[in-house]
Amino acid sequence: MVLSPADKGNVKAAWNVVGAHGPDYGAEALERMFLSFPPTKTYFPHFDLSHGSAQVKAHGKKVADALGNAVAHVDDLATALSALSDLHAHKLRVDPVNFKLLSHCLLVTLASHHPAEFTPAVHASLDKFFAAVSTVLTSKYR
Amino acid sequence: MVHFTAEEKAIITSLWGKVNVEEAGGEALGRLLVVYPWTQRFFDNFGNLSSASAVMGNPKVKAHGKKVLTSLGEAIKNMDDLKGTFAQLSELHCDRLHVDPENFKLLGNELVIVLAKHFGKEFTPQVQTSWQKMVAGVAIALAHKYH
Repeated sequence: MVLSPADKGNVKAAWNVVGAHGPDYGAEALERMFLSFPPTKTYFPHFDLSHGSAQVKAHGKKVADALGNAVAHVDDLATALSALSDLHAHKLRVDPVNFKLLSHCLLVTLASHHPAEFTPAVHASLDKFFAAVSTVLTSKYR
Repeated sequence: MVHFTAEEKAIITSLWGKVNVEEAGGEALGRLLVVYPWTQRFFDNFGNLSSASAVMGNPKVKAHGKKVLTSLGEAIKNMDDLKGTFAQLSELHCDRLHVDPENFKLLGNELVIVLAKHFGKEFTPQVQTSWQKMVAGVAIALAHKYH
């Protein structure tokens, strides 16, 4: 699955719209994921996962910053995300199924905040982009 | 078997009351066909699906989306027995339509995204959770008679 020039354009435009809200959306997507898909909480036993948690906010910012970096380097995700890929493979070892769940919650978050920009074409490009990021993050698992 | 609390049922029914079934159905099915183009394999006779705008404007897509969501509306009246409600449709999707049940999960998630888009802030994480349970329950029920 390859990101076309149109996909890359859509993703960059969408991320521009996100702008400074990145960290908030990251935290919101995490909260949505923890609530809708409780098994995802098993990776955060050390976190306070209650609404408004400072730890979830901080982690949301981490996720958003990483995605922003990925958007900026969409032509070479493997290089841009290499360190995160190592981290997920050797330390975090999050089961690959969970990347789809977070990706879905990111799409829900974006759709709810930016309905006008969230056209079917942009939606498709973002879905592909999150899948590509997920693939890189799980690429060194075995 | 999925069990809904009284609160979850109330959340689902309340939001459903405000949904335009025809619009939402067309949009959810359309987005499924655009975002996951391989799902078009079930709709060879639908005509032009060659671009996002062709899909979203296709009258057969809209009509079929409405059919699917109308069926969901019936299920919402019978949340305690989704398997019973969808028994015949499950057999149909297995024996005649030959649809991989994975597609029910994909469509369910597209519906959740369409609801988020329409309802914005009102589609809180708690509301989403109830709806994720709903679409998961429907997907399980539709797959239940597969053999």
